[in-house]
Amino acid sequence: MYNKIMVPVDLEHIEKIDKALHGAAELARSYDVPVCYVAVMGRAPNKVAASPEKFEAELNMFAREQADKYGIETECKAVPSVDVPVELDDKLLEAIDDVGADLVVMASHVPGVADKLHLIGSNAAYMVKHSDASIFVVR
Amino acid sequence: MNEDIKQAEQAISEIEDLYDTDYEIGQDNIEKWGFDMHAPVFPVSAALIALFVIGSLVFPEQAREGLEATRNWVQATFDWLFLSAGNIFVLFCLALIVSPLGRIRLGGEQARPDFSIMSWFAMLFAAGMGIGLMFWSVAEPVGYFTEWFGTPLNMPGFTDEARTAALGATMYHWGLHPWAIYGVVALSLAFFSYNKGLPLTIRSTFYPLLGDRVWGWPGHVIDTVAVLATIFGLATSLGLGAQQAASGLSFLFDIGSGLQTQVIIITGVTAVAVISVVRGIEGGVKLLSNLNMVFALLLLLFVIIAGSLGGFLGNVGRTVSGYVEYMLPLSNPVGRDDETFYHGWTIFFWAWWISWSPFVGMFIARVSRGRTVRQFLTTVLIVPTVVTVVWMSAFGGNGLDQAVTGAGDLAEGISDSTLALFQMLTQLPLTAITSFLAICLVLIFFVTSSDSGSLVIDSITSGGKTNAPVTQRVFWATAEGVIAAVLLTVGGSAALQALQAGAVSMGLPFTFVLLAMCISLSRGLYHERQLLEYNEVLRR
Repeated sequence: MYNKIMVPVDLEHIEKIDKALHGAAELARSYDVPVCYVAVMGRAPNKVAASPEKFEAELNMFAREQADKYGIETECKAVPSVDVPVELDDKLLEAIDDVGADLVVMASHVPGVADKLHLIGSNAAYMVKHSDASIFVVR
Repeated sequence: MNEDIKQAEQAISEIEDLYDTDYEIGQDNIEKWGFDMHAPVFPVSAALIALFVIGSLVFPEQAREGLEATRNWVQATFDWLFLSAGNIFVLFCLALIVSPLGRIRLGGEQARPDFSIMSWFAMLFAAGMGIGLMFWSVAEPVGYFTEWFGTPLNMPGFTDEARTAALGATMYHWGLHPWAIYGVVALSLAFFSYNKGLPLTIRSTFYPLLGDRVWGWPGHVIDTVAVLATIFGLATSLGLGAQQAASGLSFLFDIGSGLQTQVIIITGVTAVAVISVVRGIEGGVKLLSNLNMVFALLLLLFVIIAGSLGGFLGNVGRTVSGYVEYMLPLSNPVGRDDETFYHGWTIFFWAWWISWSPFVGMFIARVSRGRTVRQFLTTVLIVPTVVTVVWMSAFGGNGLDQAVTGAGDLAEGISDSTLALFQMLTQLPLTAITSFLAICLVLIFFVTSSDSGSLVIDSITSGGKTNAPVTQRVFWATAEGVIAAVLLTVGGSAALQALQAGAVSMGLPFTFVLLAMCISLSRGLYHERQLLEYNEVLRR
C-alpha cells in the first residue's frame, strides 16, 4: 500500500515523539518498507550539534539506532535551512517528494491556549493541507 | 614520523579542550506560549525595557537631562578612548585581511556560503547604514562647508579646501571606521559560533577569556545590555526617523507632518517589518534588501547623470583625496581644538556605531557562514567604503556644488538636516519621482533594520538559538514599533531623545567589550590556524 514512510524529527525534542517513532516502525514492518527520518537543520550551533556536519552525523546515528531497535530498514535526510522556524513547513513538504515518501508519520502537539490565540501553528496541519501524501498524525 | 603524528594529535586535543564546554544551547530556556526564552536574559531585558520606557514617559524632562548628561559625560571624558579604539579596530581588521589568518573559513574548510555575494552585501548595507546614508550624505558635507555646526579641524568654511575637507570628514565618519567596528563584532560572533560551536549570542565571544563563567552572570549582563542598546537604538531611530520621514513627505506632498502622520508611518513600517520577519530571512529581509539595492542604484545613477558626470568625477577625486588627506589628523585624539566637530560629530558617531554594533554585527554574522576571514573583512570593510565614496561623491558632491554655485536652499546652509537630501533633489529634474523614490528607500531601510534587529534580539533572548518560534520575533518587532509610537505620542521628542542618549551611552561599555573581542578573536583565529596545520600533518 505504501512504498516509503517519512518521519519528520526534531532531534532537540526527540523524547516527545516516541509514539510517532514507534508507530512508524510498526507500519514499516507490516508493509515491509523503509523509513526515512527527515530533520531540518539551521546553520548556527544548537543543542543537538555544533555544526551542520555534526548534525548530519547525529541524524545518521539516530537512523541506525532506530533500525537496530525495530529491525527495520532506515535512511535519513538532513535538510539545510537558513531560517528554520520559518522554512520548516516548506522544507518538509519538499522533502516528501525528494525522498519519495507516500506516507508521513508525524507527531503533533495537543492544541492549547497558544493555538487558540494563534501564537503557534501546526506543522502537521500544514502537511495535510499541502501534500498529496497520506499523513498520519500521532498524539 | 609516528612521533610527529602523536605530537599533532596531542596538540589538537589540547586546543579542542580549550573550547570544549558542557553548556547545552537552550539549557536555561523556558518554552511556553510560543516563546523560547532564555532565563534570565529575556525577562530581565523585558522588565528593564518597560522600566526605562515608563520612566522616560513619567519624567520626560528629567530622563532627558539625566541621560543626555550621561551621554555628554561619556563622550567628553572618553573621547580619546572612542577615537583610539576606532583606530585599533581598523588596523586590526586590515591586519587580519593581509595575514595568513585571513585564509580561515567561517564554518570550517568544507563550509559554503548560504547567500550570493550580491544579496549578502545588500543585507549588510540594509541592516546597518542605509538610513543614515540617506539622511546624512547631503546634510553632513554641506553642514561642514557652510559652518552649520562646527567644521573639521576648525577649518574656515566656504573655501575650496573646505569643500574637500567636508567630503573627506564625512567619508571618515562613514567609511572604514564604522565598518571596522561592525566587522570586529560580526567576525567574532561568526567565528566562535560557526567554528567553535558556541551559541550565536554576544557572550560567546568571551569564552576564551572567561571560560564557563560566560554562561553565568557576566554573560547575562553582556547579553542584556546588548538587547537594551539594540531595542532602544532601533525604537528611537524609528521614532525620530518617523519625524524625518513625515517632514520629508510634507515637503513633497501637501500633507501635515504632525503626530498623526508620524504614528501612521511607525505603524506602517512596523506592520511591514512584522510581515517580513514572519517570511524569514529569504522571503523577508533578503528580498527587501535586494529591492532597496536596486532602488538605491537607480537613484545614484540618476543623481550622477542629472547632476553632471564631469562634476561627479571631480567630486570622486575630492572625496578620495579629502579622505586620504584628513584621515590621520581626524583620527588623532591628542591636542584637538575643534571641540564642536570633534565631540558633536566624530565622537557621537563613534559611540553610536559602537552601541549599534551588537545588532549589526550579529546580523552580519548570521548571514556570513561559509566566507573566509579575508573575503568577509574585505566585503565588510573595503567594499562598503568604496561604495560610500561613490555615494558621497554623488549626493554630497551635488549638494556642495549647489551650495557653492548658490543654487536652491542649500546655498543658505542647513536649515533642517532631514530636508537636505530633498532640497538637493529639488534642483535636479524629475524631483517628484526621485524624492518619492528616496522616501521609499528610507522607509524600506527602516523595515530592514527593524526586521534584522528583531532577528538579533530574538536570538540573544533565546540564549543563542536561531530556531525559536516565530512568535518571539513578532513580539520584538512589535515591541519596537509600540515603544516608538508610545514614546512619541506621550513623551514627544524629549522622551525619544532621552532614550536615544541612553542607547548611545551604551557605546562606552561596549567599547571595552569590543576591545576584549579583538583579543579573544586573535587567540581563537591563532588556535584555528594551528588546528589546520596539525590536521595537515595528520593527513600527510
